[in-house]
Amino acid sequence: MAVDAERPWDLRESYLFDRTVIAEIQRAAREGIYDIRGFGAKRRLPHFDDLLFLGASVSRYPLEGYRERCDTDVVLGTRFAKKPLHLKVPVTIAGMSFGALSAPAKEALSRGASEVGTSTTTGDGGMTPEEREHSEILVYQVLPSRYGMNPDDLRKADAVEVVVGQGAKPGGGGMLLGHKISDRVAEMRDLPKGIDQRSACRHPDWTGPDDLEIKIGELRELTDWEKPVFVKIGATRTYYDVQLAVKAGADVIVLDGMQGGTAATQDVFIEHVGIPTMPAVRLAVDALQELDMHREVQLVVSGGIRSGADVAKALALGADAASIGTAALIAMGDNSPEHEEAYRQIGSSAGFYDDWQAGLDPAGISTQDDELAARFDPVLGGRRIANYLRVLTLETQTLARACGKSHVHNLEPEDLVALTVEAAAMARVPLAGTDWIPGASGHA
Amino acid sequence: MTETAQAAETAAVEVVNLAATPLRDLNHRLHELAGGARGPRRWRIENPNGAHAVACGLDADVEVEIQGHVGYYCAGMNKRATVRVHGNAGTGVAENMMSGTVVVDGNASQSAGASGHGGLLVVHGDAAARCGISMKGIDIVVEGSVGHLSAFMAQTGRLVVCGDAGEALGDSVYEARIYVRGTVAGLGADCIEKELEEEHRTELSDLLERARVDADPADFRRYGSARQLYNFKVDNAGAY
Repeated sequence: MAVDAERPWDLRESYLFDRTVIAEIQRAAREGIYDIRGFGAKRRLPHFDDLLFLGASVSRYPLEGYRERCDTDVVLGTRFAKKPLHLKVPVTIAGMSFGALSAPAKEALSRGASEVGTSTTTGDGGMTPEEREHSEILVYQVLPSRYGMNPDDLRKADAVEVVVGQGAKPGGGGMLLGHKISDRVAEMRDLPKGIDQRSACRHPDWTGPDDLEIKIGELRELTDWEKPVFVKIGATRTYYDVQLAVKAGADVIVLDGMQGGTAATQDVFIEHVGIPTMPAVRLAVDALQELDMHREVQLVVSGGIRSGADVAKALALGADAASIGTAALIAMGDNSPEHEEAYRQIGSSAGFYDDWQAGLDPAGISTQDDELAARFDPVLGGRRIANYLRVLTLETQTLARACGKSHVHNLEPEDLVALTVEAAAMARVPLAGTDWIPGASGHA
Repeated sequence: MTETAQAAETAAVEVVNLAATPLRDLNHRLHELAGGARGPRRWRIENPNGAHAVACGLDADVEVEIQGHVGYYCAGMNKRATVRVHGNAGTGVAENMMSGTVVVDGNASQSAGASGHGGLLVVHGDAAARCGISMKGIDIVVEGSVGHLSAFMAQTGRLVVCGDAGEALGDSVYEARIYVRGTVAGLGADCIEKELEEEHRTELSDLLERARVDADPADFRRYGSARQLYNFKVDNAGAY
């Protein structure tokens, strides 16, 4: 019986067993395997939307929107590296692999980032010549799998990022299903074509913080102490992880909250492991401040960054830059209504498509199929990335000026209030209209 | 430069005392030899005293003799160079090596040759756990025994063990070939014994000769992937 629009109360959907839950139980019973998908957490989580800025008024002077400067430059890697990265905007492109993404999509990310003067990042599987060629500033990831890892690319990079974890799956390794393993991907990863590549979740040659310090030391020796060394962690025990990474010698901490995207991970992992980005930023800043390393070791935050408001709030909580992944793919055309018919043919719809693991992406982004990838124009994609990064920056500046800040890094927690008790506790800013910060007594 | 001067440069041994020279100065000088730059081709490193990352990142046809024990990641990411450790080596010796030769006269700690893409690593003593973990084309010859989880997720390349192998040998191995002369405490997931055919005896003979290890190829057993876990099947869930 269909729901009668005039009398919807006749049928009551269970909150516990809603239609999504029912569909998943029945899918699991039918297929006998967990759901693997792309995208990030889809559940509602406390996020930057739960924070608001207190614009300037009588007690604070705002800056004129079109006349007074609000600087956006960021320097990453000032602690030990001879050649820190100088970014013009406080937003970077997060690590995404060639394999998960098509070569033209990787190229577009590089083109867009370079156009606005920021960095992009390699991923599991190594560095492609296209992304090096088109990236003004390229961060080279050292991942547990070490697929495609080689010293020549390490030296070609502008910074090195030791990946410990990822927000979508802290404690989990990478995954690239067999149908996305093209000849080129297989060759770069030294594996046969067509097999499922489940990357290791632990590094092969170090275990724990003491080893990490020695590993970072080796990476510095390998690169003659020129390049900044980042450490990327998925947000879980963030306070302790950040302290350990700093003590191990990191120049930059990259912190990925649980809203961070993935190309292929078990749904149960995406939705149930890790902590949201907002509380993670606060814990990371606590850890840095306690070591007297805030701003000395820079903090890059990712996981659900969508707008300049998200960037500004992350910066106000103490980050030095934000990083985008999912939003960058969307900016390039992922989930665009222009592909609606094609999405329908593969059982999805624009706005819902999350089968990035499947390699059937109508937008030509999360695929290794030559025909699909050829639909994607890296020049146009790069322009869209650049436009989007500019908008994020302009929005961030708008909010910073409203708070009277001449540099986006001057935003501070004092500029924020929370809309919910949860956000007030997690971000440690007062609930709007009160001076109440629940749980402000400490992080433990 | 005259031929005589060139010959003298080739024959001369550059001695670096790590008790007096900062490690980064040594590594920087070795890195400067990349791309065929002029400089000493033979080096002797004295007093390594367990230092980490000694002679890592080399990319030149040079010979480096290290007189003593080294810490982690000695000869890490080596290309082309020949590095010989006259002592023991810590964790991750020759990690991610691309080419060249690394020889350890003594024992090697964990993760020897981890994720190596090419070249030859020889350990004349024993190697600890995870020897050849994630190997991607490197050849490893261990004259003694190896610890548990050796050749874990090994992709390509050859691991030769003249002694015994610990638990979970070749767990989740891909296409790497494993040869063991002694006993194997246990095989890891998807690793099985395979027949030692003529082709394998020939390859083994060549590896032993290159490693200068005296052993009869006929005494070895061969192990490799059963290829049952290459694509996830729910029926195999119990194997994980």
